[in-house]
Amino acid sequence: MATSIDVSDLDIYYGDFKAVEGVTMSIPAKSVTAFIGPSGCGKSTFLRSLNRMHEVVPGARVDGRVVMGGQDLYGSDVDPVEVRRQVGMVFQRPNPFPTMSIYENVLAGNRLNSRRMKKSEADDIVERALRGANLWKEVSDRLDKPGAGLSGGQQQRLCIARAIAVEPQVLLMDEPCSALDPISTSAIEDLIHELRTEYTIVIVTHNMQQAARFSEDTAFFNLAGAGKPGRLVEMNSTKKIFSVPDDPSTEAYISGRFG
Amino acid sequence: MSPIRIRTKERPVSTDDRPQDPPANSASGRATVGTGPGQPVAAGPDTTGPDTTGPDATEPAAVAPAPDGPGGSGGRRAARGSAVRGEVSLRAPKLPRWAPLLTALVATAAGALLALTLGWGLIAFAVVSAAVYAVALPAWALVVENRRSAVDRLITTLVWSAFAIALVPLVSLTWTVVSKGAPAFSAEFFSYSMRNVVGEGGGIYHAIVGTLLITGMAAVLSIPIGLMTAIYLVEYGAGRRPARVINFLVDVMTGIPSIVAGLFAFALFSIFFGPGVRMGFGGSVALSVLMIPVVVRSCEEMLKLVPNELREASYALGVPQWRTIVKVVLPTAMAGIVTGVMLAIARVAGETAPLLVIAGSTDSVNMNLFAERMMTLPVFAYYSYMQPGVPPQFGVERAWGAALALILIVMSLNLLGRLLGRLFAPKTGR
Ligand SMILES: Nc1ncnc2c1ncn2[C@@H]1O[C@H](COP(=O)(O)OP(=O)(O)O)[C@@H](O)[C@H]1O
Ligand SMILES: [Mg+2]
Repeated sequence: MATSIDVSDLDIYYGDFKAVEGVTMSIPAKSVTAFIGPSGCGKSTFLRSLNRMHEVVPGARVDGRVVMGGQDLYGSDVDPVEVRRQVGMVFQRPNPFPTMSIYENVLAGNRLNSRRMKKSEADDIVERALRGANLWKEVSDRLDKPGAGLSGGQQQRLCIARAIAVEPQVLLMDEPCSALDPISTSAIEDLIHELRTEYTIVIVTHNMQQAARFSEDTAFFNLAGAGKPGRLVEMNSTKKIFSVPDDPSTEAYISGRFG
Repeated sequence: MSPIRIRTKERPVSTDDRPQDPPANSASGRATVGTGPGQPVAAGPDTTGPDTTGPDATEPAAVAPAPDGPGGSGGRRAARGSAVRGEVSLRAPKLPRWAPLLTALVATAAGALLALTLGWGLIAFAVVSAAVYAVALPAWALVVENRRSAVDRLITTLVWSAFAIALVPLVSLTWTVVSKGAPAFSAEFFSYSMRNVVGEGGGIYHAIVGTLLITGMAAVLSIPIGLMTAIYLVEYGAGRRPARVINFLVDVMTGIPSIVAGLFAFALFSIFFGPGVRMGFGGSVALSVLMIPVVVRSCEEMLKLVPNELREASYALGVPQWRTIVKVVLPTAMAGIVTGVMLAIARVAGETAPLLVIAGSTDSVNMNLFAERMMTLPVFAYYSYMQPGVPPQFGVERAWGAALALILIVMSLNLLGRLLGRLFAPKTGR
C-alpha cells in the first residue's frame, strides 16, 4: 500500500519569492528518506509540496511535476483533498485537536470526513492506530480524556496515530522530534523504524545521527547563496552520504563545518 | 558603619528636594536610622558587609559612588559597587510592609484635619487625602529605597486612584437604580401590562415580552450573518480585495448612530407597509444593523485566535476546508464566539432610540413581531418617566423598576455568556 514518489524539476514559490528551485528526486516506496540541510533552505516547503499543503498558504504555487502511483499530483484534474488523504503529514509541533478526546483525535480523519462506521469498527481503528503509534499501552485507560492533556511526546505519537488511522500511502514528517525530549524522541524513532515496513516515509531532521540511524536514503538541501532559492544538492543512500558524499558541501555540512 | 554614613549624607539632599511635606520626611528619616543595625530585612549592605568579609571590603566600593549619586539611588549603586568587587549583595533597603497602610492613615488624618478645620465636604477630603498619600509614599520610598521603587509606588497609587474614580459612577448608578427600582418589584409588576391602568398598579410584562422578542429576533438575524461574514473574512478572504471592502464596510457600520439605524428600518418598512408603520420586526432589523458589526468583529478575533496548525492538521488528514471550518475551527473558537455574541446581544438589548422610532409604544401585550406596536423596556422606562401620569409617583417608580429589570436582564445575559464560554472552552485535562 505504499508507493514511490517521483519529483521532476520542481520550483516552489511563495508569491513572487522562489523558495525552492529545480528539485528532481525519486523517493522509493516502503523506506525512510531523510531530508537534511541548513534552516531556511526549503526542506519544509518542499515536503509540503508533496501533499499539496503548500498551496494552503495564500499566493503559494509550484511549477513542475510530482508523480505518485503514475499520477501527477499537480495535474489539473487532481483534487488536493484526495492527495492529502493518501499522503499524511506530521508536523514539527504536536497539534492534537484541543476540542477532542484522545479517541476522537485518532478518529478525526475518518469522523471529519463523516465516514459512517460502527462503534466496533471505530474502536478497532483507534486501537490499531494507537498500537501502531506505540501509544496504546499508555493511554488505553483514558481514551476519553482530552488529547491536549498528554505529554509532548505522547501528543506527537497521538498525531502519528491520527495520521496513520486514515491509512495513507505516504507519511511526511517535518522535524517530528525537534520539540521533544530524548526519551520521547527515541520512542518516535523506534516507531518510524517499525512504520517503514508499511509506509513510504519522508522525514525532515536536523539531527544527523537520527538521519544516519534509520533512513535508507538522504537528501541534502542547501541554499544556492544568500537570497537565492534552496536546491537539492545531492541525494544518495544514507551510507554513502555519511561516508563518501559526492558533493564537498555535503561533507562540510555533515561534518559540521558550516550550516 | 559606612553605609549609614552615606544615608545620613544623602538624606539632606532628598529633604531639600521635598521640603513641602515634613511628616513624610521625618517618618522616613526615623525609618532609615532605625533600620540601620537592627533590622536585617530593611538594610541589605549594612548587615552583609560586617557579617561576611568585614567593613574593609564594602567600604571603598560603597563610598566611591556616593558623590555622583544624588537622590535615593545610592543604596543600589553601593550594591552594584560591591558586586564589582566580587562580593554580590542582592539585597536592597526596603520599606516595611506596613508602610502604605501607615501612610494611608497619616494621609487620611491630614485630609480629615484639613476638612474639619476648613469645613470642606467629602470630595475635597478624599482628594486631599489621596494627594497627600500620592506624594508622601513615593517620597518616603525615594529616601529609603530607590528611584525605581518610588516611581513604582507613585504609578501604583495613580492607577488605583483612577480605578476608584472609575468605580464611583458605577457604584452610584447601581445604588440609585436599585434603591429606586426595587420598591416597584412585585408579582404584579412582572405579570401585568399597563392596559387600562391609571395611577397605581400595572406592570412591565408587555415590555419584557417585547424586549425579549425583538432582541431575540435581532440575534436570529445577526448571528448567522455576522458569523458567516467573520468566517469569510478570516478563512476565505484573507487579504483579498472583497475582504478589504467588507472590512471597511463593517467599520462604517460600527459607527452608525443608533437613531440612524432606527430611521433606516422605519424608511425600509415604510416602503412596503406604507407610512407610519410600526412593528416589532422593524425594531429587530434596526437592532441587527447595530449588532452585526459587533458580532463580526468579535467572531473574527476569535477565529483568528485558532492556531493555523489545527487547520493544517485537518487538511493533512484529507479533510476539505469547509469541514475543517465547521468541525475544527468553529468548535475550537466556540467559547469566545458564544461570549462575544452574548455581549453583543446585551449591548443592543438596552437600545432605546431605534425602537422608539420603529417599534413604538403601547400599553398592551403584543406577541406578534410582524404587526402593531410593541413595547420594550427602554422605551417603557422613557415614557413612564417623561409622562408618568397623575399622580406622577407611580409612573416614575415603574420607570425605575423597568430600568432595574433591564439591567438585570442584560447582566444575566452577560453572565450567561461567560458561563457558556466556560462550558465550551476546550479542556486540557490538566
Ligand atoms: N509562509 C511563507 N511565506 C513566505 N515565505 C515563506 C513561508 N514559509 C517559508 N518561507 C520561506 O521559504 C524559505 C524556505 O523555508 P522553509 O521551507 O521553512 O525552510 P526549512 O524548513 O528548510 O528551514 C525561507 O526563505 C522562508 O523564509
Ligand atoms: Mg522547516
